Amino acid sequence: MNNPCNSASHITRRTMLQTTGLGGLAWLTPVAHWLGRAQEKASAHAPAKSVIMLWMAGGPSQLETFDPHEGEKIAGDTRAIDTSVKGVQFAHGLPQVAKQMHELTLVRSMVSKEGDHERATYNVKTGYRPDPTLVHPSIGAVVCHELPDAEMDIPRHISILPGQWPARGGYLGAQYDAFKVYNTNGRAGNITARVKPARLDNRLEALEQVEQSFARGRRADLDAKTTLHNATIQKALRMMSSKQLSAFDITQAPTKTRAAFGDTNFGRGCLAAIQLIGAGVRCVEVTLNGWDTHANNHEAHVTQNAILDPAFASLIRELRTRKLLDQTIVICAGEFGRTPKINAADGRDHWPTGFSIALAGGGFRAGHVHGATAADGAKLDPLDKESIHVADIHTTVQHALGIDYAKELMTPIGRPMALSDGRVIQTLLK
Amino acid sequence: MPSEKIAPPLWQRNLLFAGVCVAGAGAVIFNLLTSDTMSAPKHQASRYEKPSFRTTVDLVDEQFAADWEKAGLEPTPPADELTQIRRLSLGLTGTIPSLQEIRAVEAQPEGERIQWWLSHLFEDRRTSEYLAERFARAYVGVENGPFLIYRRRRFVSWLADEFEANRPYDKIVRSLITAEGLWTNNPEVNFVTVTVDQNEDKKGPNEVKLAARVTRAFLGVRIDCVQCHDDHLGDDWLQQDFHQLASFFGEADMAISGIRETGKPYEFKYRRQREPVKVPTIVPFQPELLPERGRPRHRLARWVTHKENRAFARATVNRVWALMFGRPLVEPVDEIPLEDTPENPYPPGLEILADDFIIYNFNLQRLIRIIAATRAFGLDSKMPDDRTPPTLEHDQHWAAFPLSRLRPEQVAGSIIQAASLTAIDADSHIIFQLNRSIQLGEFIKRYGDIGEDEFYIQGGTIPQRLLMMNGNLVHERIKNDLVANAASRILATAPNDAKVVEATYLAVLSRRPSAEEAAYFVRALSQKGLLSRKAKQADLYWALINSTEFSWNH
Repeated sequence: MNNPCNSASHITRRTMLQTTGLGGLAWLTPVAHWLGRAQEKASAHAPAKSVIMLWMAGGPSQLETFDPHEGEKIAGDTRAIDTSVKGVQFAHGLPQVAKQMHELTLVRSMVSKEGDHERATYNVKTGYRPDPTLVHPSIGAVVCHELPDAEMDIPRHISILPGQWPARGGYLGAQYDAFKVYNTNGRAGNITARVKPARLDNRLEALEQVEQSFARGRRADLDAKTTLHNATIQKALRMMSSKQLSAFDITQAPTKTRAAFGDTNFGRGCLAAIQLIGAGVRCVEVTLNGWDTHANNHEAHVTQNAILDPAFASLIRELRTRKLLDQTIVICAGEFGRTPKINAADGRDHWPTGFSIALAGGGFRAGHVHGATAADGAKLDPLDKESIHVADIHTTVQHALGIDYAKELMTPIGRPMALSDGRVIQTLLK
Repeated sequence: MPSEKIAPPLWQRNLLFAGVCVAGAGAVIFNLLTSDTMSAPKHQASRYEKPSFRTTVDLVDEQFAADWEKAGLEPTPPADELTQIRRLSLGLTGTIPSLQEIRAVEAQPEGERIQWWLSHLFEDRRTSEYLAERFARAYVGVENGPFLIYRRRRFVSWLADEFEANRPYDKIVRSLITAEGLWTNNPEVNFVTVTVDQNEDKKGPNEVKLAARVTRAFLGVRIDCVQCHDDHLGDDWLQQDFHQLASFFGEADMAISGIRETGKPYEFKYRRQREPVKVPTIVPFQPELLPERGRPRHRLARWVTHKENRAFARATVNRVWALMFGRPLVEPVDEIPLEDTPENPYPPGLEILADDFIIYNFNLQRLIRIIAATRAFGLDSKMPDDRTPPTLEHDQHWAAFPLSRLRPEQVAGSIIQAASLTAIDADSHIIFQLNRSIQLGEFIKRYGDIGEDEFYIQGGTIPQRLLMMNGNLVHERIKNDLVANAASRILATAPNDAKVVEATYLAVLSRRPSAEEAAYFVRALSQKGLLSRKAKQADLYWALINSTEFSWNH
């Protein structure tokens, strides 16, 4: 509930500013920031085109993944291992990802104000804090909206194994919601007709009869402008018969490749994500549940890391092999980290003030670490210049995608909203 | 204990299960297609012809008529009664009427059916449950809320009891604002405990969230805009207006015995001030209506629901209107100006309906009946001929009934209802009810619940169409199954194909087929071919369920 203002009066003010020549940008964006943007160097490389979000639902412990403090009290018995970058260590559960560190940008100084799963998930997926007056779009929705494509048969925004709060289109509209795929058997949900093609044709002809009856006495553009009903049916039918559907099917990949991702749903989802990106999909979210380790944190992380490690490492390697890494931004993040203090149940609780996010590809630096947490795991100061806010990640990712992140869209409630309101962290980019 | 109402002991459920199975088998033999065995509601038709009722309706109608004339709009003609019945069922119970109910309502004299239907709905537990869920979204949101100390289900169930008893709305709201005790014993307390943020250092309910909920949900005022700063954007609210309101909740605190009035006074650090200050309890407008004595929350509750605090009545009228039309009179639903101005006048009907609501002691059922009786509610959403279809301007001025996309639970409820000839309600058909909740949950997840964005109109999506065309719920409900599915029962019991098509249209779309539709589907059913009649009947069901008409309120 940070800034729930909106109303007709805001529009009036916006209109007034525009007519007086200040333009729409200046009114939400501090002028200094606005001027500062002119100084930013344009992304040196061709902008990234797509995003893979590995969603660690529940909030992984930074200490048992990317930010170990071996030997300190806060670590418990978690050991650290070397990575492919000298001087950078991971927790011992991620040996394969450690060998890919030279491809990663690792941020160890993430801070947010959200310590509740639902709110924090919203925050990390959208870059904004929850607001009762509108729903912000997730990063994938923004990418699809800002980087339109030649017509794709299959959805451009996909969530594989969606958790409780999958990526949403928010104020951009439900058509930007992630298309949810609940399995990794190669068949996305409900894309197979229940009847043979000839009978489906009968059904559609019958449907046409009912539609004609409904259209009588109504606007000719009712479907195209308002209900989108038949327009959507057409798209659904095209998808049902599209060759692009094969991108969901990972059995076409060599057995050895499939094995490398691990025999898990998450691993298969990661491989499917690569195929989908290769087919032209803009954003794929793959969820790995089970990080909410209020009890037995260390044991749970052994299980979780065993799933994440081969999948994440293979994802990076395979993207590189298929020459997709430079155009794809990979983000591995959860809604927050976990407390340095180990609780009475040998668990760790929610910790939004000093957690890690790993990024790779798409113009992000390779083998780079940003920020650090102290040996005692003390809260990071959000005002510290090394602290990275959730919005900064979104702004930086959008920048790397060539998106004008400061552009404001008029939301349905008549309140203009920037795509992202953080800072571009230049040091994270090549 | 209330929970027993929801979940009877296992042996009872087993007994019911057996009973329902036996009854189900019997019902197959019994021809329901012409049945009117439904129990009649208590209904006095003459009540709704009295001046005390008609005067308000007429005044509302006059205001709309004047507005249409000024805008140069020809309103659509009245919709047929079954269409209006469908609107009421969707708005108040979240589902379409059953074939049995349609037969019963059609047995009533023409012209009296709408009010008779409301009498029927108000006696139906589904109505209070559904209304409670819709209101709860504004009161407590849709989130699961704080662990252990918040019981959303209990809260909604309590609210449903209140609505079922038609307790005056001002009393309901006062119970919410002043709630004390344990969230389990006093379900209304959940209105307060939902705001407890378990991750913050501060214990107890959150005054700021409560103040925002109270002003938005009960008064239709978005004063929470000035939570962080004064409003420089037109309204006159100051930051202190908001925090002085929040201060009424300052003493509400969390104790072992639940929510109690023991806390410290509310403190807040304003911008450009070094220290938090004690914030006095002051209301942002009409201070003369605030009682001088009493506990802070009791004083606030009296002020909010005061008969002269018209914002309260307007906000309620606007919300009820939105539930019935799919769109509020004033948008957004929780932001209504405190005063109207020549540039920004109140829409027709708002003040009349607010007056009536106040005079008749905040009677929600009366408000619903009045709105249902207005000409605007009864208008068709289409014109009789293609040349002059209703325009967007018609929609703006309520000169045509607005189209709105059904919510996921309305679609799911309608599919399940369309597959049953009798009304699926809370009292009977436990077997269906259980079935419904499991399948409903799955369906709603995939169809995409829009959460608290209640009245934000948008078009359909691809996953929705895939779910309807190829998904399990529709498939299960249209396939040949003589015990569970209406499609098969209609086919087995109707005397001829014309009656099959008619009964199917009534069960799924709550209307009769047009001559062309009837001819098309009768021909399709009788044609010799590879497909069995059962398969063709499933295809007819499929076509109707996949239509725009089924997925939209119109």
